[in-house]
Amino acid sequence: MKVLVAVKRVVDYKVQIRVKSDNSGVETQNVKMSVNPPDENAIEEAVKLKEQGLANEIISVSIGDDKSQDVLRTSMAMGIDRSILVKSQNTLEPLAVAKTLKIIIDKEKPDLVLMGKQAIDDDSNQTGQILSALLNWPQGCFISNLKIENNKVFISREIDEGIENLETSLPAVLTCDLRLNTPRFASLPNIMKAKKKPLETIDIDTLGIDTSSKIKTLKVIEPPKRKAGIMVNDVKELVQKLKYEAKVI
Amino acid sequence: MSVLVVAEHDNKNLKSSTLNTISAAEKLSEDIHLLILGNKIEDLAKSSKSIQLVKKVIICDHEKLENQIPELSSPIISNLAENYSHILAPSSTFGKNLLPRVSALLDVTQISDIIGIESQDTFIRPIYAGNAISYVQTDQKINLMTVRPTSFEKCEETGGDAAVENISFIDSEVKTTFVSREVSKSDRPELGNARVVVSGGRGLENSDNFKLLYDLADKLNAAVGASRAAVDSGYIGNEYQVGQTGKMVAPELYIAVGISGAIQHLAGMKESKVIVAINKDLEAPIFNIADYGLSSDLFQAIPEIIKELDLLNQIET
Repeated sequence: MKVLVAVKRVVDYKVQIRVKSDNSGVETQNVKMSVNPPDENAIEEAVKLKEQGLANEIISVSIGDDKSQDVLRTSMAMGIDRSILVKSQNTLEPLAVAKTLKIIIDKEKPDLVLMGKQAIDDDSNQTGQILSALLNWPQGCFISNLKIENNKVFISREIDEGIENLETSLPAVLTCDLRLNTPRFASLPNIMKAKKKPLETIDIDTLGIDTSSKIKTLKVIEPPKRKAGIMVNDVKELVQKLKYEAKVI
Repeated sequence: MSVLVVAEHDNKNLKSSTLNTISAAEKLSEDIHLLILGNKIEDLAKSSKSIQLVKKVIICDHEKLENQIPELSSPIISNLAENYSHILAPSSTFGKNLLPRVSALLDVTQISDIIGIESQDTFIRPIYAGNAISYVQTDQKINLMTVRPTSFEKCEETGGDAAVENISFIDSEVKTTFVSREVSKSDRPELGNARVVVSGGRGLENSDNFKLLYDLADKLNAAVGASRAAVDSGYIGNEYQVGQTGKMVAPELYIAVGISGAIQHLAGMKESKVIVAINKDLEAPIFNIADYGLSSDLFQAIPEIIKELDLLNQIET
């Protein structure tokens, strides 16, 4: 089985983001960038499938500028065999990302595609679902458990009501929740080894797809700030405040 | 033009998120159609036609639609799309799972998780876990949007008499079969639309200690929530997680107990009207957004709060 993992480079989850003063977007210069957290779970799952002998080749794909090589190197340090960077200067919308991935998938012919359930920058939560529809492959979203046996795929999905268990088959597109596994840290020797692993670069303009934006961002603003509250001294005061000041109990 | 709302339901009742989504649709059109895809939904259709804002209820009733497999429902929706200017679904795991597939079939870009509607073509949505708010505009032939339920009031469920139209099921070859659903049973209000939410974090230390929170929640007729740390540690199920990758809540009162307040958690609850934080660590970031902070050991504070609430009740009765 061949597994393809899609990886996005995003502002690190610990960074307190800043809106640009001209309200054109969010400041991404000179801030720490990392692998999108649920994409790390997708990488980890692919590496585990290889360790279990279920996958024989695991590859990662990212779309972005040259700097996205970082996240691909990280994925290879975690155990991915080789990587593909689709070079694009523009930020792509989920539909365009899925179309780009489909072209790579048509070429690479993986049996399984894994990715995070959402990117923590634009929070769209769309790409896996779109890709699954474009490929006409089964879709499994927000998975927290995966078992593959004899081409059968058993997944547990995190839904608002609890957990949903589904059975499907390969090939499939699965999007990973944060509880699917615990991503490993790349060790220093593996980081060194990853530098020698193959990283192919493809220019997005050579793929012949429409990646133009369908959505125009008019402005990006800071959310309204909550005004600072007060500290109460004890439980009695708290309950009195909630009852007679806030009037919520 | 007309607006189509895709109903979230359990084949018996509409989820309240559907009512919020209908309110969002009201900002776009007076001609709102509600699409219900499910199995044995005659009763559901009857109760839904009384929603005042809905002009037409469209029903697709088929046993294969019992478990909301998106591979089956998305072609039925895309087949109706040409009649509508906008198609809306709640931004719940139901809508997130389904609507992007429809966007693929229609070759349009979906706008996720809108919290406001400026005009027919301009929408407001949070990005970066709500740390920035984006105003976006589109001129696509049809607008697909998921709607954050807590950002729109629930619409009235009565007063209307919508027409009901049955449409035929379109079968698709689907390789996915439903196995089971593990749903926690609780008499407490639903987390997404409870008036009061009591949430616990890593400070609770284990699942047994969550019983303290359940006791407090029951006193306040509150829903129980949790931080990702508490869910990851196995103290409580994933369906209780509040935050960027969990549920969005905006209750009148949110009590955060033993939660430090990572930005990912704040993303899910900072729209709450009144926030209370109880944490022994005075430096916890949750205090920066709390209306009332109590720096105290939660294992002492929670039983004391329950006692105080009992006293209040005695005075009142």
